[in-house]
Amino acid sequence: MEKTLLLGDEAVALGAIYAGLSGVYAYPGTPSTEITEFIQNNPLAKQRNIHSKWSTNEKTAMEAALGMSYAGKRALVCMKHVGMNVCADAFINSAVTGVNGGLVVLAADDPSMHSSQNEQDSRFYGKFAMIPIFEPSNQQEAFDMMKVAFELSEKLQEPVLMRVVTRLAHSRAAVEIDDVKEMNAFNPSTSRGWVLLPGIAKKQYAALIEKQTEIKAAAEKSVYNRTENYGNDLAVVACGIGYNYVKEAVENYGVKGIKLLKISQYPLPEQAVLSLTKDCKKILVVEDGQPVVEEDVKRIVGDKAEVLGRLTGDLPRQGELTPDAVAQAFGVKIEEDFKPAQNLANRPPQLCQGCGHRDVYGALKEVITKYENARVFGDIGCYTLGALPPFQALASCVDMGASITMAKGAADAGLFPAIAVIGDSTFTHSGMTGLLDAVNENANITVIISDNLTTGMTGGQDSAGLNKYEAICIGLGVDPQHVRVVVPMPKNMPEITRIIEEEINYNGVSVIIPRRECMQTLKRHKKK
Amino acid sequence: MKKDLILCGVGGQGILSIATVIGEAATKAGLFLKQAEVHGMSQRGGDVQSNLRLSDTEIYSDLIPKAKADLLISMEPMEVLRYLPYLNKNSWIVTNSKPFVNIPDYPDEAKLFAELDTFPNLKKLDIEEVAKSIMMPKSANMVLLGMAAKYLEILSVDQLKEAIKTVFARKGEAIVEANLKAFEEGMKN
Repeated sequence: MEKTLLLGDEAVALGAIYAGLSGVYAYPGTPSTEITEFIQNNPLAKQRNIHSKWSTNEKTAMEAALGMSYAGKRALVCMKHVGMNVCADAFINSAVTGVNGGLVVLAADDPSMHSSQNEQDSRFYGKFAMIPIFEPSNQQEAFDMMKVAFELSEKLQEPVLMRVVTRLAHSRAAVEIDDVKEMNAFNPSTSRGWVLLPGIAKKQYAALIEKQTEIKAAAEKSVYNRTENYGNDLAVVACGIGYNYVKEAVENYGVKGIKLLKISQYPLPEQAVLSLTKDCKKILVVEDGQPVVEEDVKRIVGDKAEVLGRLTGDLPRQGELTPDAVAQAFGVKIEEDFKPAQNLANRPPQLCQGCGHRDVYGALKEVITKYENARVFGDIGCYTLGALPPFQALASCVDMGASITMAKGAADAGLFPAIAVIGDSTFTHSGMTGLLDAVNENANITVIISDNLTTGMTGGQDSAGLNKYEAICIGLGVDPQHVRVVVPMPKNMPEITRIIEEEINYNGVSVIIPRRECMQTLKRHKKK
Repeated sequence: MKKDLILCGVGGQGILSIATVIGEAATKAGLFLKQAEVHGMSQRGGDVQSNLRLSDTEIYSDLIPKAKADLLISMEPMEVLRYLPYLNKNSWIVTNSKPFVNIPDYPDEAKLFAELDTFPNLKKLDIEEVAKSIMMPKSANMVLLGMAAKYLEILSVDQLKEAIKTVFARKGEAIVEANLKAFEEGMKN
């Protein structure tokens, strides 16, 4: 069989293509971005004309994928974990409508917050929606499970969630590739179940509840949930990549006597968990993320066994799992050979040399020193780095779009000047609705849409509103005289600072659009 | 045999190209391999690393346990110190000696090198200077790989050279030759 070296993300992508995918819908977000990029560049995906253009946000992605499923085709939605919050409405309801063509939702979680603002665990969402969840433990499973997930989705007529974490998404290993499946034929649904009027929704929800037996049975007999028996001293429930760290402890540190239940498909198989208590009085739960399974195991075993994990402090409550943390949970003492380094400084990421965002912050910093209570509300993107030295210019960074709405709320409370800094792609993702709120109340805010013509932070993907920003702002009702475009370059600094000051002093909504191409995409364009 | 490597440096210095070459060689040699990379925010001038694990038996964890790395390959001298918890007394350190100063509190260089020199298994070289001297300024990372080649053990020099040819093939013969030359130059050190 053919073997290829693939990132976890790429294994997911290739698995989906080989499973007969017709379309991927996604908004870029670390660590999920490479899935869609792989499909965009894959020759078979091109030949099959698989849809792979970026969506404006995770909600539009989820809904479009649901539409493709309605039409009978297999669709994939990809996002980082916080994207699940954005698409939650569509996601939860897709379990109530059910699906037609297979629908897999891929959430890439980021325990340890390598590139994120929280470490929420997407398995909660799967439980919440009452649908099957797959959690591969390695790249091969990520590839193989895609086919299984699409098949299960079509069998149950329900969406299926696949959850990966950063360490799998961004780690490479050789993957064996099997046969390519045909794509589904066009076959639009005729079911009334898609119309979630209360009368129909009640029936659909009852049907979803009834399917739980089948969903549970699928997990109980899943080939991805299995027991490995090394003894009866301690039972271990190892989820997703947690399994790898347990195996590492067995092989590297000679941990003995465990009864290991590997979990990669949910809901948690209750019978398998219960059977652990026959021989073992202690169960250690090893999961990368929040204690989702730990709580479930406690519920299942009651007082039949003591349950250990992140909640009991046997594993750290926060942060991704490491081979060391898991070995320590088995009582292994980790010894380091060297003392901590003396001459080591932190090296946080920073804006590229020559980046337009630098000029924006340079100008902002100069202007706002004139106002005692000036606050700059930030957003999600490269420009969040404006919170770090040398700029230290941001008062907040919360979620996609929050800069504009938080500035508005603060202005409502009397803050002046309230300034929002948001990137072009983030603005179309979730900033436009907030701007409409501000316009409707003529809030006294100054919005800076720092437009670098791309989605920069994730490596330069298409920006949904390219060349449309003035039109969008004016269309939403911002006075055209207060939609100002500047070119953020050091030589334009006097003009930019003057315009920022003018618009701060204008009592109402103003938008300033500093526009210059991202240095990263510029470099790439020059190479071509 | 099993080899655990950490590649490190500053985002944009090209550590992933080194990883790609080793990965290609390992795959061709039929070895098991896991390579955890850093993507995303840190790639913008922050500290970056890649855990590379090579073995003739199955590998489980994508991450290297503490004190278990056999070899640290660093594109930047101070970055070496960030990964000390992963090294042991037998580990080898192969590093660029040219500091990349993009932070205001970069340590005093004399003190930094004094600390680095306390490690007996350390090889350092100004790879950027070497790359410039052979008119291949963009191939400094291959100079570093050449320096590290003999400590890799699980892969031969020929296997690494073949991998350089494969990885850079699509960029043309001249680029392949440049990178091979840089690699050989590194091996001399």
